[in-house]
Amino acid sequence: MRWAVIQFPGSNCDQDVFHVLKNVLAQEVDYIWHKNSSLNGAEAIVVPGGFSYGDYLRCGAIARFSPIMSAVKEAATAGKTVLGICNGFQILCEAGLLPGVLVRNTSLHFRCETVPVRVEHPASRFTSEYLTGQVLRLPIAHGEGHYVADEATLDSLFLHKQVLFTYSDLQGRNTQGANPNGSQRHIAGITNRAGNVLGLMPHPERASEKILGSTDGLGLFTSILANVGTPVAQAA
Amino acid sequence: MIRAQVIVRPRASIFDPQGDAVSRAIQHLGVSKLKQAHVGKFIELELDGDDVEAVRGQLETICQDLLSNPVIEDYTLTINGHEDLKGLAASAAKLAKKSAPKAKKAKA
Repeated sequence: MRWAVIQFPGSNCDQDVFHVLKNVLAQEVDYIWHKNSSLNGAEAIVVPGGFSYGDYLRCGAIARFSPIMSAVKEAATAGKTVLGICNGFQILCEAGLLPGVLVRNTSLHFRCETVPVRVEHPASRFTSEYLTGQVLRLPIAHGEGHYVADEATLDSLFLHKQVLFTYSDLQGRNTQGANPNGSQRHIAGITNRAGNVLGLMPHPERASEKILGSTDGLGLFTSILANVGTPVAQAA
Repeated sequence: MIRAQVIVRPRASIFDPQGDAVSRAIQHLGVSKLKQAHVGKFIELELDGDDVEAVRGQLETICQDLLSNPVIEDYTLTINGHEDLKGLAASAAKLAKKSAPKAKKAKA
């Protein structure tokens, strides 16, 4: 399966994603510079983490005007898989591909640690390799991960099973203490209504090899492969 | 030359952690009368020409589509010293229209 990893000035998780796709999962992957207008026929697109345009104005606010974003929007509309991680999530929100917006963490602190993340349901192309309520250990590293949307949007997200990941404690409880950034309703990752665009703040690509302490993030990529690509027999 | 000034501030309904931290720092300074501080952004734009009406629409677009995110922020636009109330009213009406069908969808 062919993947595209978008590179903006200031992206810094692009190589991590590329490595996992290419070397861990043996996929065909291209880096796509943000000034390009073509995705090279990719079936899945990753908008990686980092600090595109130095987070000027608002996180993701300027990246969404990059030429490649028109192609990403077209691909999303055509039902292709789009995955935004961390700054990529912020860009997808600013671009209008996902509802809501990510603002400064309530604590004002940049949080860089591994946190428990609960899988809300496995009936999606991103989570089919997980179980309902499964608690993953995934790294986060962000200063602006506090998800905000109006009440009607939040209700709608849960009603239509667009919330795939929430912050929880190790027992899977959505406690206030387990919410690292003040996100409304503990939201860590959401999809669009059609279910083909996912944005999440935690970094699955940094939890895809044993040597890095956790392989809990690999299931997200293998889920995509199982649903829209060629399934990978995984010896985890 | 036309000079436009834009102030972007967090919406009242959204918690503003920066404003909160600044408030606490001000209290540490010994100022007890402070009720609340809000932290926003100030942006100044300079445009060629003198015809304000010709650029009013474009300035509104800049404010709505780039300088502010209506989910979390409000803005005021001042053109050559005059607050752009006309444009604000028009954008408020546009926003209300936009969110109305959304609310219906959420109920269905």
